[in-house]
Amino acid sequence: MSTSRQYELVYIVTPDASEAQVAELHTQIEQIVQRFQGTFDKTENWGRRKLAYEIGHHREGIYVVETITGSGELMKEIDRRLRVIDLVIRHLVVRVDEELQVADRTREARRSTQARRRTARGLPPEPQPGEGRSGDSDQDDDRDGMEGQR
Amino acid sequence: MSDERGGGRGRGKNDKDKGKGGDAPRRGGFFRRRRVCKFCAEKIDYINYKDVRLLAPFLPERGKIQPRRISGTCALHQRKLQTAIKRARQLALVPYVTD
Repeated sequence: MSTSRQYELVYIVTPDASEAQVAELHTQIEQIVQRFQGTFDKTENWGRRKLAYEIGHHREGIYVVETITGSGELMKEIDRRLRVIDLVIRHLVVRVDEELQVADRTREARRSTQARRRTARGLPPEPQPGEGRSGDSDQDDDRDGMEGQR
Repeated sequence: MSDERGGGRGRGKNDKDKGKGGDAPRRGGFFRRRRVCKFCAEKIDYINYKDVRLLAPFLPERGKIQPRRISGTCALHQRKLQTAIKRARQLALVPYVTD
């Protein structure tokens, strides 16, 4: 039984790699995904980006983010393959479905309490545009307006 | 300069309970506590490890994770922030250390 889960895969390719090489890497991963009956949800190429620290004498790298739905075995295989490929200097697989679900739930819970409280006060359940103090969330730190007077 | 600020605050206090003096720089130092958790205030439910701009304020110059006592982040979000920063570190998005 293989349940399908959503994963995020981020890998960093050496800055010396050509566009074609990056594309080839992508198709390689796609093939593995197909072989394990996973689905490819999204792919994002951030392009060249400076690294926060040196990895194997590289100061920058090409970042690629892929969102994949599939089984754990699939990700294990991808992980193994990426570790072997020298072109990839760093990679990370993160399971995201549970975290996103939690985020959705809290968002939904907040929305429903807000709606409930608002109807209790005799207001329409959704906040109207231009209602309330706008952008007050950031004013709520404990700055006392003395900063400028130092 | 922190003395002056502390003095300014202390004065207000001393008006009420005089003689208790010397409490001016109690909070000592340059950081003042942010009362509110940034993530609660801005209703950020998912702390994305790929979002460097979100994480950067919690990493002072040295690159260490800022403690809750300074940033004012709530326990739940500090925990999530911690994993996000650690993931970002693995991907060289944010540094482990800077010197």
